[in-house]
Amino acid sequence: MKRIQDCTISKITWLNTDSYLLELDVPDEIPVLAPGQFAEIRIGNSPDVFLRRPFSFLDADVENRKLVFFIKRIGKGTRHLGELHPGETVNIIYPLGNHFQVPEKGNVLIVGGGSGIAPFILLGKELQKKGVGMTFLLGGKAGSDILLTDRFSQYGDVLITTEDGSKGEKGMVTDHSVFTSDPFPFTMIYACGPEPMMKAVARMSCLKNIPCEVSLENLMACGFGVCLCCIVETTEGNLCVCTEGPVFNTNRLKWQICA
Amino acid sequence: MADLRVTIGQMELRNPVTTASGTCGFGEELAEFFDPGRIGGIFVKGLTLKPREGNPYPRMAETASGMLNSVGLQNKGIDYFTEHIYPRIKDFDTHIIANVNGSTIEDYVDLSEKLNRLEKIPAIELNISCPNVREGGMAFGISCPSASAVTRAVREVWDRTLIVKLSPNVTDIRDIALAVEEAGADAFSLINTLLGMAVDAEKRRPVLATITGGLSGPAIKPIALRMVWQVAQVSRLPIIGIGGIMNATDAIEFMLAGASAIQVGTAIFIDPLAPVKIAEGIGEYLVRHGCSKVSEIIGALRVD
Ligand SMILES: Cc1cc2nc3c(=O)[nH]c(=O)nc-3n(C[C@H](O)[C@H](O)[C@H](O)COP(=O)(O)OP(=O)(O)OC[C@H]3O[C@@H](n4cnc5c(N)ncnc54)[C@H](O)[C@@H]3O)c2cc1C
Ligand SMILES: Cc1cc2nc3c(=O)[nH]c(=O)nc-3n(C[C@H](O)[C@H](O)[C@H](O)COP(=O)(O)O)c2cc1C
Ligand code: FES
Repeated sequence: MKRIQDCTISKITWLNTDSYLLELDVPDEIPVLAPGQFAEIRIGNSPDVFLRRPFSFLDADVENRKLVFFIKRIGKGTRHLGELHPGETVNIIYPLGNHFQVPEKGNVLIVGGGSGIAPFILLGKELQKKGVGMTFLLGGKAGSDILLTDRFSQYGDVLITTEDGSKGEKGMVTDHSVFTSDPFPFTMIYACGPEPMMKAVARMSCLKNIPCEVSLENLMACGFGVCLCCIVETTEGNLCVCTEGPVFNTNRLKWQICA
Repeated sequence: MADLRVTIGQMELRNPVTTASGTCGFGEELAEFFDPGRIGGIFVKGLTLKPREGNPYPRMAETASGMLNSVGLQNKGIDYFTEHIYPRIKDFDTHIIANVNGSTIEDYVDLSEKLNRLEKIPAIELNISCPNVREGGMAFGISCPSASAVTRAVREVWDRTLIVKLSPNVTDIRDIALAVEEAGADAFSLINTLLGMAVDAEKRRPVLATITGGLSGPAIKPIALRMVWQVAQVSRLPIIGIGGIMNATDAIEFMLAGASAIQVGTAIFIDPLAPVKIAEGIGEYLVRHGCSKVSEIIGALRVD
């Protein structure tokens, strides 16, 4: 059952000049959240930020009833949200969307860029529970974009690429030497980030002949399946990213990456 | 508790609050948030004879106090609706009203005939005002002869309540309303979205894939109110007011201007509970104003 709740901001922690962690106190018990699911947050009452904004769950502390989001400031809503103070409330609708498929065994590669790292803490936890090995590959423009590496390293190795070479290997995520390992050690790839990056990663998964799941960030008006604004073209026709996604196996998308 | 019941054609609604087509799916998603028995009716997503994939992405742009959409009537067609969706929603404790769309008069007629077989659809809303499909929709709603012809043709095959949804993208909405009334409609719903546009200055590109789209939300409320008022002045048919209704006060404004009922649209995206809150708020207003029946406020605007 979806919930609509007023939550109190308990903490906002800035990680660099444009990314922060938003921690919310939730009034009721938190349901089980699957990795990849998201919430729609209502930010204030300004006419400029009219619609809610979708954000993946970074983490949940069920015992202390806290939800944590990782948010990148990109426009007016994410700016305004970052300027709120502890004690102020925001209204959220959650949990929304589907989730990543977690295999029973294997060794997976998890690729994140920009705000696209958010769903991967919960995913790391799930994979660890199942005993699935994992490696994180995080990409950014510069070293200061590479965040939360200490959190990810609790679940697996962390590899890094930066476009300016200030941290890790220089280049895009798909330029990383891990993709030249022979034999390729991974059984599955997960990716979240800017669409060109996800497409490039999906192309890699084709070359390596392993499945790939991506989490899409389509524009959403409602987030719960009533407006049909968030669609993506799939082999089964146009599907809503908010209800049938945000996570899709790339073989369902019409990205033509395997051509 | 005041009496909130209102009558639209042959339908009695338990309260004047309904949900607008295209903003409430088929009601099932909203039923996850509240009991549909708490509102007067649900206008389901626009139906067409054949399945439609709708327009390409992006289909949405946020604007000041509103949004543009160019969904373009994506739906799986009437046969899929009849077979798969109708059985799941027909026993909701509220009126399920079908939103009927076509490219030709025959489409509207065929669709209405198919809906005739579904017992629990007490009314249809003829959408002659969709700004997002090239081949029809609004084309019918912006000229009196075509609005009249499509209404008359459907009237011949549809005996239950016939609501015609009017477009605001016209020179004088009163002319269209009168043409539709004369052709046999039982009620009007208005307004559909206003044709609008958004531009991304950095990319120097339109935001929507279709370039233009339909504007909804509080940004259009003053226009919608004016049009409801104008139509109420010239016609005695019941009006269902639509356009930027976010709370009970907005709804009451429409009723004072002449609407017998209202539809909540874009507000649902921001607060899925808005329809129930509005129904409750109308009840409180009536008590506060010493009214025993909601009908006392319909068209009760004082202009002297
Ligand atoms: C399922 C899902 C999960 C997401 N998870 C995260 C996350 O964990 N952390 C994070 O920082 N961001 C996440 N995003 C992206 C986030 O929703 C946008 O960055 C945010 O909506 C931008 O709002 P704004 O007002 O700052 O930007 P503006 O550009 O001012 O927003 C204008 C409109 O465009 C929409 N919009 C703009 N950029 C995006 C985008 N990239 N994706 C979707 N809608 C957008 C806004 O929602 C708004 O309706 C997620 C998006 C989706 C769909
Ligand atoms: C995303 C979206 C989809 C819509 N789809 C339809 C539709 O299928 N048929 C229709 O008659 N109106 C459709 N409308 C118009 C609404 O029913 C309503 O007339 C309009 O949005 C104005 O009301 P509002 O400001 O309360 O949203 C749609 C509106 C939106 C925002
Ligand atoms: S955002 Fe409304 S249906 Fe997905």
